[in-house]
Amino acid sequence: MTSTTERSVPKMDFTNAEAGSRTFPDSTARNYNYFVPAKRKQSHYEDVTVEVQPDPRHYLAQGWLYGFADGRGGYPLEWTALKAWGQDRPVPERYPGSGGKGYDWPAHGWHEFRDPNEEWELTFFRYNSNVERQVNANIDTARETKAFEQWNPNWVAFVEQHVGAWMHVEQGLGLYVFANANRRAPTNMHNNAIAVNSMHRIRFAQDLALYNLTLSEEIEGFDGSAHVKTWNEDPAWQGVRRVSEQLTGIDDWAEAMFATNIVFEPLIGELFRSQLVQQAAPGNGDFVTPTVVGAGEFDFATRDLRWTTAMFDLLTRDREFADHNKAQIAQWLSVWVPRCLSAARELQPLWSQPDLRPPRFEDGLDRVKNRFEGILAGLDIPTPKEISQ
Amino acid sequence: MSRQSVAKAHQKIQELAWEPLYHDPVSQYGTDYTFSKAQKKDPLKQVLRSYFPMQEEKDHRVYGAADGAIRGNMFRQVQERWLEWQKLFLSIIPLPEISAARAMPLLFRTVPNPELHNGQAIQMIDEVRHSTIQQNLKRLYMNNYVDPAGFNSSLRNFQNDYCGTIGRQFAEGFITGDAITAASIYLTIVAETAFTNTLFVAMPAEAAANGDYLLPTVFHSVQSDESRHISNGYATLLMALADEGNHALLERDLRYAWWNNHRVVDAAIGTFIEYGTKDRRKDRESYAEMWRRWIYDDYYRSYLVPLEKYGLVIPHDLIEESWNQIWNKGYVHEVAQFFCTGWLANYWRMDPMTDTDFEWFEYKYPGWYDKYGAWWENYARLSMPHGNKPIVFEDVDYQYPNRCWTCMVPCLVREDMVMAEIDGVTRTYCHEACRWTDVEAFRPTYMGRETPSMGRLTGNREWETLYHGWNWADVVSDMGYVRDDGKTLVAQPHLDLDPTKMWTLDHLRSCPPLLSPNVLLNEMSTDEKQAFHANYVRGGPAGRPAPAEAV
Repeated sequence: MTSTTERSVPKMDFTNAEAGSRTFPDSTARNYNYFVPAKRKQSHYEDVTVEVQPDPRHYLAQGWLYGFADGRGGYPLEWTALKAWGQDRPVPERYPGSGGKGYDWPAHGWHEFRDPNEEWELTFFRYNSNVERQVNANIDTARETKAFEQWNPNWVAFVEQHVGAWMHVEQGLGLYVFANANRRAPTNMHNNAIAVNSMHRIRFAQDLALYNLTLSEEIEGFDGSAHVKTWNEDPAWQGVRRVSEQLTGIDDWAEAMFATNIVFEPLIGELFRSQLVQQAAPGNGDFVTPTVVGAGEFDFATRDLRWTTAMFDLLTRDREFADHNKAQIAQWLSVWVPRCLSAARELQPLWSQPDLRPPRFEDGLDRVKNRFEGILAGLDIPTPKEISQ
Repeated sequence: MSRQSVAKAHQKIQELAWEPLYHDPVSQYGTDYTFSKAQKKDPLKQVLRSYFPMQEEKDHRVYGAADGAIRGNMFRQVQERWLEWQKLFLSIIPLPEISAARAMPLLFRTVPNPELHNGQAIQMIDEVRHSTIQQNLKRLYMNNYVDPAGFNSSLRNFQNDYCGTIGRQFAEGFITGDAITAASIYLTIVAETAFTNTLFVAMPAEAAANGDYLLPTVFHSVQSDESRHISNGYATLLMALADEGNHALLERDLRYAWWNNHRVVDAAIGTFIEYGTKDRRKDRESYAEMWRRWIYDDYYRSYLVPLEKYGLVIPHDLIEESWNQIWNKGYVHEVAQFFCTGWLANYWRMDPMTDTDFEWFEYKYPGWYDKYGAWWENYARLSMPHGNKPIVFEDVDYQYPNRCWTCMVPCLVREDMVMAEIDGVTRTYCHEACRWTDVEAFRPTYMGRETPSMGRLTGNREWETLYHGWNWADVVSDMGYVRDDGKTLVAQPHLDLDPTKMWTLDHLRSCPPLLSPNVLLNEMSTDEKQAFHANYVRGGPAGRPAPAEAV
C-alpha cells in the first residue's frame, strides 16, 4: 500500500476578473489615453512605443531626477541644432504648490514622429530572422551546388578585398553612429528607430564577415584576411574610410542621421552596392554575392531610408522652424556632399577590376546623384550646388 | 543555420573592429575612471545569425502563451489583488528597460575595447525587446482584465505619481552622470546582476500563484537575456579593477548603487510579493526568504565576495544593513503601509488584508500583528466611503512621514531619519546611507579627489511639496487619476467595483488640504527642527507618532 502526502500548491480561485464581467466607470476604457495617435486609431506600434521615454513638458511632474555633471538630465532637445515647433517654450516650472501639469499632448513637434516601419520587438526579430534564414539558405545552396567554382579569379580577388572591405563600413557606422545615437534623440519613437537601424547595419556587417568565412572554406586560395588590408591600406578605400570616421565624429545626432542616411548612403553606399557589386557580379559568374549584399541594400532602401525621410520630412515642413531647419540642413549638405563625392570618386578604380566590367562609374554616379536629388526634393530641400562638382 | 561553429563565427566577426586612422569618434560622456586597453574577450559570444532566430523562437513561445491565456480565459482566475499592483509595476518597468538600451553608448568611448562593444550593441536591442514586450503585456491586461483603469493611463500616471518617481531612479540612474557609475556599476553590476533576480524570477513565481501565467512567461523570457547582460558588466568590472586608481570609485559606486537598489527595488517588489498575493501557504517563501536566497546568497556571497581578492571593496556593512532593514525593521511592511495610507494619490486599487493574511504575516514575521495589525484593521474599516474620510485623514495612530531627498521613499523607519542643510534648505533622508549619497557621493569631489564627471541629483524630489496647500480633489484631478464618469477615482482602497462603494472627487473635496511635511519643516526655526527630529526618530514602528514623554 502506498500513501501520498498532499502537495503544497497555490489554490486556484474563480475570480470573475475578465473584461466585461462588470459595469462601472472606466470598465470599457480600453485604450492608452495619454497620447493622440497619428492616425484615426492607435496602432499596436504606438501602444508599445509612445511616451515610454518621458518628457518634462508632458507629465513628468517632478522633472528629471539625475543629471550629468552640468546638471542636464534626460534627453536635451539641444543635442541637435534642428528644432521642432513648440520646443522654445520653457519646460513648465514646478515649485512648492505649483501642481504638476505640463503642456497638452504633444507639447512640441518632436512627438509627432512615428516610425513608418512600425518597428517593435516582434516585427524586428521576425524580419531579421527571415533575412538571416534567406541569406544562409542562399549561401548553403551555392556551396552545395559548387556555385563558387564558376567565379573567375579576378572576381574572387574583388570579393575578398572589396566586398569584404564594406563590412567595416557597416560595423563602424552601425556601432558608433547609430547605436551611439540611440541615447541622443528626444523621443522613444526616434531612439527605437535608430536602434533598429543600428542592428540592420551590424547584422549586415556580420553577414558579410561570415560569408567571407564561408568563401575561405570553399574557394581554394581565398584570402579571408584580405579585407582588413584593403580597408587599412588600399588608396581606393581611404576616402570612404575617412568619411566614415568623420561620421562617427559628429556630435549632433540629427546631423549624424542626415549625413549618413541621406548623403553617405545614396552617394557611396548605393553607388558601391547597387551600381557596382550588384551589376558586376552576375557577369562574373556570381549569383550569390548579390543576394547577401541585396539583403543589406533592401534594409537601407526600404526601411532605414524610409524612417529617416519620415523624420526629416516633419522637420523641413515644421510649422515653426521649417526655414531654420532647411538652412541648417543646407549647411550640413555643404560639408557632407563634397566629402562623400570625393570619397565616391576615390572608389572609381574598383570599376575596372572585374573581368566583365559593370556599367561605367560615371553612369553609376549619375544615377545615385539623381536618386540623392530626388530624396532631397521629397524633403523640400533644394539640390546643393556641390553635387555638380 | 550555417554549419560554421559559433566559436569560429564569433572569432571571425572580431575582424570587423577597426581603429580610426583619420578622425576620432565623438566623445560625449565623461568618466573619472581610467582604463588601459586590454584584450578582454566579449563574454557574450553572440553572433546575430543565431541570435535573431533564438529571439524569434522565444517570441513564438511568449505570444503563443498570450493567445492561450486569452482563449483559455485566464482572467477568470486571476486575483484582482495581484493584478492591481501590476498597474504600478508595468507602468514603471518599460522605462528602465529602454533606459538600459540608451545606456550602452555611454560605454563605447569610455571602455576602450571594441570586442565588448558588440556585446553592448546586442544588449541594446535586447532592451528594446524587453521594453516593448512589457508594454505589450500591459496592453493585453488592459484589454482583457476587468478593470482597465490605471493600465490605460499608465505612462501618464507613472510619470507624475510619487511611486513612479521612486521607480524612475531605476532608469535615470543608468543614463546620466559618470558613464561607468551609471551604465556599468549601477546598471549591470548591481541592478541587473542582483536585483533582476527578485524582479524577474521571484515576482513571476508569485504571479503564477495568483492565477497569472503570462507575467512569468514574459519575464522569464526577459530574464534569459539578463544573464548575458550580467556577463557584459562583469567584463567591464574586471577591466576597471585592473587599475588601482579606480578602486576608491568602485567602492563609492557599489555603496551608492547597492543602497539605492535596495531602497527602490525592495520597496516595490517586496510590497507586490507580500501584499499583492492571495497565496498564503505557510510553506511559500516570504520576500525576506526570497531575498536571502536570491540576493544575499546568490549575489552577495557567490558573486561579489569572490571579487574581493581582486581588490574590490565590498559594502558588507550596507548589505547586512539591508537585511537588517528587511528582517528587523520591517522595511517592506512600512512601505506597503505607506502606499496604502496614500492610496488616493495613486492609480490602482489596494485590497485590505484579512485574517488569513494576518495569520501568514505573523507566521513569517513573528511580531507583525502587534506592530501592523491594528492599522490594517482600520484600513479595512475605512475602505469604503460611509461618512468617514480616507485613512490618511483619520486618527489611526499614524504620522505622515517626511520624504527622503535621495531615494524619495519616505523616511519610514523613523529611528533612522537624518537631516542635512544643503544650500539653505533642510533635507530629510531615510537613512545615513542616503544622506551620504547626496552629500558626499554625488559631488564634484570625493574624499579629496576631483570627480568632475560624477552626476547630480536633480528635480523636484519631494512630491508633496508640488501640491502643498492643495485640496485633494484638485490634486487627483491635476494628476488625472479620475475615471471616465469624471468623478470616480481610479484608485480605491478596496476591490469592490460597485460604483456606489467607490470613492469620488466629491468625497475628497471636504478633506483637509495636502501639506508637505518638508515645507512645514523648513518653516521651523533651527531649534524647532532639532526638536522635530528628536521626536521623529522616537516614532514608529508602523508609523506611530512618538509616545508622549513622561513629565
